[in-house]
Amino acid sequence: MDKLMSDLKTQIIAQLNLQDTKPEDIGDDQPLFVEGLGLDSIDALELIVLLQQQYKIKLSNAEDGPKVFKTVRTMAEYITAHQAQNA
Amino acid sequence: MLNNNEPVFVAGTGIISAIGNKVAECLDALESGRAGMGPMHYLQSAHRQRLPVAEVKLSNDELAKLAGLPRIKSRTALLSLVAAKEALQQAGIENIKDLRTGFISATSVGGMDKTENFFNEFLSDNSKGKLRDVINHECGSVTELVADALGIKDYITTVSTACSSSANAIFLGARLIRNNIVDVVVAGGTDSLARFTLNGFNTLMIVDEQFCQPFDENRRGLNLGEGAGYVVLISDKVAATLKNKPGIILSGYCNANDAYHQTASSPDGIGSYLAMSGALKKAGLKSEDIDYINLHGTGTQNNDIAEGTAIKRLFDPHYPKMSSTKTFTGHTLGASGGIEAVFSVLALQHGMIFPNLRLQIPMVDLPFVPEREIIKNATVKHVLSNSFGFGGNCSSLIFSKV
Amino acid sequence: MYIRATGNISPQKTFGHQPLVDAAAYTGNRLACIEPDYKEFIDPKQIRRMSRIIRMGVAAAMECLQEAGTKAPDAIITGTAYGCLEDTNSFLSKMVEFNEELLTPTSFIQSTHNTIGAQIGLMLQCNNYNNAFVHRGFSFESALLDGMMLLKEKDASNVLIGAIDEITNTSHTILNRMGLYKQGPVSNLDIYKNKTKGTIAGEGATFFLLANEPSATDYAKLDGLHTFYRPEGNAEIKKQITSFLERHSVSMDEIDLVITGKNGDAGSDKIYEQLGETVFNAKNTVNYKHLSGEYPTAVAFAMWLAAVTIRSGDLPAAFNYTGAIDKRINRVLIYNHYQGIHHSLSLLSAC
Repeated sequence: MDKLMSDLKTQIIAQLNLQDTKPEDIGDDQPLFVEGLGLDSIDALELIVLLQQQYKIKLSNAEDGPKVFKTVRTMAEYITAHQAQNA
Repeated sequence: MLNNNEPVFVAGTGIISAIGNKVAECLDALESGRAGMGPMHYLQSAHRQRLPVAEVKLSNDELAKLAGLPRIKSRTALLSLVAAKEALQQAGIENIKDLRTGFISATSVGGMDKTENFFNEFLSDNSKGKLRDVINHECGSVTELVADALGIKDYITTVSTACSSSANAIFLGARLIRNNIVDVVVAGGTDSLARFTLNGFNTLMIVDEQFCQPFDENRRGLNLGEGAGYVVLISDKVAATLKNKPGIILSGYCNANDAYHQTASSPDGIGSYLAMSGALKKAGLKSEDIDYINLHGTGTQNNDIAEGTAIKRLFDPHYPKMSSTKTFTGHTLGASGGIEAVFSVLALQHGMIFPNLRLQIPMVDLPFVPEREIIKNATVKHVLSNSFGFGGNCSSLIFSKV
Repeated sequence: MYIRATGNISPQKTFGHQPLVDAAAYTGNRLACIEPDYKEFIDPKQIRRMSRIIRMGVAAAMECLQEAGTKAPDAIITGTAYGCLEDTNSFLSKMVEFNEELLTPTSFIQSTHNTIGAQIGLMLQCNNYNNAFVHRGFSFESALLDGMMLLKEKDASNVLIGAIDEITNTSHTILNRMGLYKQGPVSNLDIYKNKTKGTIAGEGATFFLLANEPSATDYAKLDGLHTFYRPEGNAEIKKQITSFLERHSVSMDEIDLVITGKNGDAGSDKIYEQLGETVFNAKNTVNYKHLSGEYPTAVAFAMWLAAVTIRSGDLPAAFNYTGAIDKRINRVLIYNHYQGIHHSLSLLSAC
């Protein structure tokens, strides 16, 4: 789980072009949207693509985004749960 | 010299869309409730099986024949020429060659339909790809292909503000007349379906896999469409010389910006509200004077609530009749303002309120419901047409009977 | 109408209102903008989503507004011939490469032609008129005319007008294949000398704040603007110029400086030489495209040049102008054409 979260942080920074942010700067439980990292709805769409590209998981309902992408931990939990399903 | 109060008349209209290749055909479809969306037929795309679109029912070969162009150019240009020609024909200005004439067009796609074919080869080897496929890539090039074919050169330009493009083009045309720069203007817009835009909207997850349902509580998104719509605007002086003096003017217009987000509208629709209220002010009208609103009504969750909220704020409690004709034509992007201007003029000319198709459950947050059935023999004196686009660009036009 | 403020990012050291003392020299057929540190003008959270051309446009606009001392223009109007090429290229390439799968929205959103103006409006929280013109060699003039009309109509008392165009590797490759540019080693400072085919590519982001009322620190008055399309021949061009001057009750004698758009392409430069011998009456004439490069909205650079020249009364030192200018430059005529298709005339004078 820790490795997954660490990987996710690096991927998020790359996908969203967060040039001045380092993985260490993103807390596991830090809110990603609105406050915290301050991401917005376009970033949510980018993260949906990231999930598909890196983890082959399709989030077909954009409205689930806020729950899944709440923090790096919730993202990691979602990925773990769905990878277990697909396995 | 500027004559800010000079009436600007609509002398002619021209249109091509998924519901008809000319004005009469589109009117017939609107009256009969015949929508134009369906499975993808002409556009080649990986999303062919999944996404319905509202295509013009002609191949590029057939369009070129209709347009009278000897060689196949960008579909965007072909659509534009067909509609612009019809508008000029309808206007029937015999001495047009003696008048200062402008062509103000609008597009978001430009020649992209051909550019994306060029890129298929160019990407693997940059010495490959046919240059003639990109030579008319620019929006302005598409406009000039059409202006040259029409023989118009006194003032030509292209507006590109996403979905509000052709509404902006139309009122720019009116202002050019009022500022005494031209006497006649063909103004409107065009867009053809292209993989670039289809995929772009798909990444925003606002495209409906079924036929769209604007202003429905369970709406899922938009259907992309294509087409072109133009009006011929003329000065008061020119109008007086015509055998049949036109009876419709562009009475109001306004361009405002939502300044909220790059693609989403603000929840309270401030940009829409400012555009509509500004147009009313320009026309010297009150909200109660509007008989019909041709809604922007794309069918996305976001647009419809933002537009609806702005309408509530401006019109409550006297709601005019309203409908989204995108339920017929799909969202024609840069052409939508032009196409819907033509529909607004038709509503005035024929005393009709066009229906908002496939409306099953009205939106619970709004105190009004768009018309679900066509209304004929309606009193229609003033029509408000909305066009709201990416980048917060919101424009509203008001057409009136004189 | 008064040019109250400017902001200019170009292949010269023009950003930051620098006085253009030396002309930056380039070898080859592609000039690149000298860019500022964008972090001074744009919040890093927003920069991340902006491609280069959007940063250029936003920074030049912010510089202009800073100089004017306003955060709320009554209108924002932009002109760009090519739009946001890098974003277009990025989305298009991925679309082809991944066969329309797994595409992301950012580059699509940024590729729309009104993005720069919209981004400026968004940053300023400006709900006012916002328009974008994308018409080849008339893009800037269209934006300018729209703004001038708004001022006349009294629907605005100040308008922010900008021209932005970029070169990308892809666009340069394609335009080069189309035969637009000089081949082989060439210095931008020599382009008018060698009388060969082709020009050099340029790019820039140039903004103006145009106002109805004068202020103490205006650059110049914008007295007139006229465009004409595909003229029939040189005779028509001459007629357009003389009519333009007549309409503004100005004779060629009263013009102190002519700025023309020679771009080093022997064929397309002929008209300027002919006009120099006839209509322009051997007036003091300078060219600017050795500094800006050639691109459809380059005439905005010429207008900037006219404005700074009129404000100081002298041509910037970078011109090393050897002609006889024995008095203050108060009145400037700009004549430019793009590929012989888009012609424009503008008249500026001292306040």
